[in-house]
Amino acid sequence: MATKETMTINMGPQHPSTHGVLQLVLELDGEVVVKAVPHIGFLHRGVEKIAEYRTYHQALPLTDRLDYLAPMHNNLGYVLAVEKLLGITDMIPERATTIRVIMAELTRLKSHLVWLATHALDIGAMTVFIYCFRERERVMDMYEKVSGARMTSNYLKVGGLMADLPDGMEKEIRDFVNEMPGHVDTYEGLLTGNRIWQKRIQGVGVISAEAAIDMGVSGPSLRGSGVDWDLRRDDPYCGYETYEFKVPTGTGEGDTWSRYKARLDEMRESCKIIHQALDRLKPGPILADCPKICLPPKKDVVNSIEGLIHHFKIVSEGYKPEPGEVYVGVENPKGELGFYIVSDGSAKPYRMKIRPPSFVNLQALPQMVEGRLLADVVAIIGTLDIVLGEIDR
Amino acid sequence: MTEHVAVSKLKEKFSDSILNVAEFRGETTVTVKRDDIVSICAFLKQDIGFNFLTDLCGVDYLGKSPRFMVVYHLYSIGNKVRLRLKVPVPENDPRVDTVSGVWGTASWHERECWDLMGISFNKHPDLRRILMPADWEGHPLRKDYPLQGPDRAPYQGRVS
Repeated sequence: MATKETMTINMGPQHPSTHGVLQLVLELDGEVVVKAVPHIGFLHRGVEKIAEYRTYHQALPLTDRLDYLAPMHNNLGYVLAVEKLLGITDMIPERATTIRVIMAELTRLKSHLVWLATHALDIGAMTVFIYCFRERERVMDMYEKVSGARMTSNYLKVGGLMADLPDGMEKEIRDFVNEMPGHVDTYEGLLTGNRIWQKRIQGVGVISAEAAIDMGVSGPSLRGSGVDWDLRRDDPYCGYETYEFKVPTGTGEGDTWSRYKARLDEMRESCKIIHQALDRLKPGPILADCPKICLPPKKDVVNSIEGLIHHFKIVSEGYKPEPGEVYVGVENPKGELGFYIVSDGSAKPYRMKIRPPSFVNLQALPQMVEGRLLADVVAIIGTLDIVLGEIDR
Repeated sequence: MTEHVAVSKLKEKFSDSILNVAEFRGETTVTVKRDDIVSICAFLKQDIGFNFLTDLCGVDYLGKSPRFMVVYHLYSIGNKVRLRLKVPVPENDPRVDTVSGVWGTASWHERECWDLMGISFNKHPDLRRILMPADWEGHPLRKDYPLQGPDRAPYQGRVS
């Protein structure tokens, strides 16, 4: 009688399809995964600890570096949490809120483009990668035009925005979202009918709705299991309740195919939201009228004593929210990104806990891969759309 | 503001365990006794529909007694309401019963809380460090842990 023996192999942290520095220790019975243990923390920078030593204003750039594929969404979660803590949520000007929505949805497109590109590349469809990065590059250019940086944008500020959109930006965004649904159709044309693509992802990495909720999975990964839940609609912020959009749930079967469909549809819905936001964009202020919180315009700093004092006080001392604690969750491209901030009445956050969607989604990986083939592990890491910068913080 | 729907039910069932109910910026926080956390969580999940544990973390209130708070952020996907639970944890016995039997997602959150804050969880199935290396000493998010790490001089600002 043959003896049965399993083999333990190591995957990562330098493996190209682990999307960063994820290490998986896999126990294999032939080609079948018996057990998978993720090891994380290789990119741990102690963002939460550093934030306790920075003023609220200085902690903002730290958030760019969490999910570096969707930096403006991290900014959004953080500024909404601080604004709630300060009690100035209702004072944010309409133009600032609308531009936030536009940038948030562009960010979603950008993040989903990287997801599709790398997911397809991992499975062997290299052409899609080139196409997706072509469009992503245009979003990066827009990032650069509005904020000066391609990735670490730091564009959103507590109270509004760092700067207004540059001239001609609205037209550029409009042109882009006019074209984008056609590009999504192109990607679908390259993949959806492809037999190899279908065989590699249909029925792979199935997770039921109950199991996904139990594991805290959120975002498109949860909606792929048929759970119709989106924070933009169900716990709205930035006036998302006034926009018309659908919440795609893929085929609802909880496999990689369903999540693929859900994310593609989400990209089309994002384009619709951007169109609506551009339609209602009117000239107006981009910063709330809170001189003790929002940095004054440069011309006030050099021309008026009040402007100079406010600028000096905000930069040197910061602003002090009253003691309390808030939690704000936003629908990041990966799932629910939450910021829990505790204030003790000083100018620095007493505690800032980040709820990273990738961290929680990754926890469901072992139960999705166990019993599947080794090659499916790559597909399932791709479909979870993890970013290690946010997992390790 | 009307009382949170879960709070009245909690008061009915666990009147002895509730230490405090607070409202801030429209968010409800219920502080409960440490010993009852698992039964309260199971009740909230099964009877009130808080099926989604959004987040779990520890907060270090150094100098106060009790020193730590473990904070649970609950969400109900069906009713779309949030609730925050807090459990005081004393410094000399930093341990809480695990809620990973109620929500599977609590497992990694509790590992992180143990790793960074040094609060241990009774009956946790796999309580290991998660973000720091396995042989690391100390818990970095504690307020008495230096920002620069244990054996380096404190940062004095830029020299030049």
